[in-house]
Amino acid sequence: MSLLEGFWKTVEIFLLTLLFSLPLGLIISFGSMSKFKPLKALTKLFVWVIRGTPLMLQLVIIFYGPGLIGTWASAHAASGGAVTQWLATWECFDRFHAVIIAFVINYSCYFSEIYRGGIESIPKGQYEAGQVLGMTKSQVFFKVVLLQVVKRIIPPMSNEIITLVKDTSLARTISVYEIIWNGQSFIASDGLLWPLFYTGAFYLIFCGVLTVIFGRIEKKLDYFKA
Amino acid sequence: MEILNVENITKSFGKTEVLKGVSFSLNEGEVLSVIGSSGSGKTTLLRCINFLETADGGRITVDGEVIFDAENPEKMKSRQIREHQTKIGLVFQQFNLFPQYDVLGNVTLALKLKAKKREDYKKNKKQILEEIDAKAMKILDDMGLSEKIHSYPCQLSGGPQQRVSIARAMALEPKILFFDEPTSALDPELTGEILRVIRELAQKKMTMVIVTHEMNFAKEVSDYIVFMDGGVIAEQGKAQELIENPKTERLKTFLSKLSD
Repeated sequence: MSLLEGFWKTVEIFLLTLLFSLPLGLIISFGSMSKFKPLKALTKLFVWVIRGTPLMLQLVIIFYGPGLIGTWASAHAASGGAVTQWLATWECFDRFHAVIIAFVINYSCYFSEIYRGGIESIPKGQYEAGQVLGMTKSQVFFKVVLLQVVKRIIPPMSNEIITLVKDTSLARTISVYEIIWNGQSFIASDGLLWPLFYTGAFYLIFCGVLTVIFGRIEKKLDYFKA
Repeated sequence: MEILNVENITKSFGKTEVLKGVSFSLNEGEVLSVIGSSGSGKTTLLRCINFLETADGGRITVDGEVIFDAENPEKMKSRQIREHQTKIGLVFQQFNLFPQYDVLGNVTLALKLKAKKREDYKKNKKQILEEIDAKAMKILDDMGLSEKIHSYPCQLSGGPQQRVSIARAMALEPKILFFDEPTSALDPELTGEILRVIRELAQKKMTMVIVTHEMNFAKEVSDYIVFMDGGVIAEQGKAQELIENPKTERLKTFLSKLSD
């Protein structure tokens, strides 16, 4: 029964992360393609830091970081200025929120690079054709370019999303009880190993379903070449 | 009646001066071909007139209205550019069809997006869209594409693809139609059908500017020819005369290289 709870937790982390990071990634990709140099540099720096450090570390920092800053600031609040007093009000995130925030930030950065690759691979002629036909920039993007981008990024996206399924198990580092934690707890309490096999089967089935879904989407977009 | 007037267009990319002051004009219903070796600036000239590049200097007038004036940059708001843009159609060397739309979709997309701005769009949506489809079908029919309207670009070979892109440009009823080497990306046996379409448009008195390497075609279909060399117009004149009796050394050299 507790396996089932862990199962729902995992699905919840997975879905919420996708829900927020898919659009956020697109916004970050616009930042990293911006013609405004400072924004571009800042976005690239951010993506570098997030992709260059382990998700597990990010989880720990996002969970404990604000609380530690708050504790430090309240120790100095009496002598400090307004900022210190404001920092003193900082507290730890709720565990589950911390997990979602960390996952969303991390995956947005990975998605943003996939989006960027997809958008930059669309030939300039597509934009120019739209332009000479009197379309606005956003019409060209949404009506002409976007679907071609989607078609091109489906394979790398499905890769990344399948990785996300398995990365959800990292949530246990800050004691969010996802499915493996639940499975493992049976070893400690009852000496049972088989619940762990169930968790393995769960991941396999989950990823299998995703593979089928992505295969369907790919097939659906098969009617044109881009 | 003069429909296009290009005055003293200049354009540089970094330190390279590609256009060094190009001027010409064209009357309604006339066909002008632009010839010259690669790097002579002919494609850049065409891209400047079509707003795909912004010229550094000069003035462009279409149908009595100044659409570009380097001296008056405040006139160059993107909305106005878009309005001017549809007065001049452009057919690309690489077709640049939209792969996810079928033939009919390619021809109607811009018109349907434009129609959304009409005040009566919501009320008469169905009728408006049907009118656009009917108009596109008529154009496609003229181009001999009525059997292909539901094909996707990837199912067509180069010739029909280029015909679709001509239809797409014509659907917006441009005052002038520009061609950027329309047959250069085609196999030799397919160029004939594109040249035939252009010839038919010329007979219907469509004003056209054609950048081309097809010397015989240029001579036959166009009223005037402009020969570009090193960013300037080296020679211009009536089509047949210019090809048969070139006056400048540069044009003579260019033509003799082609006939080798």
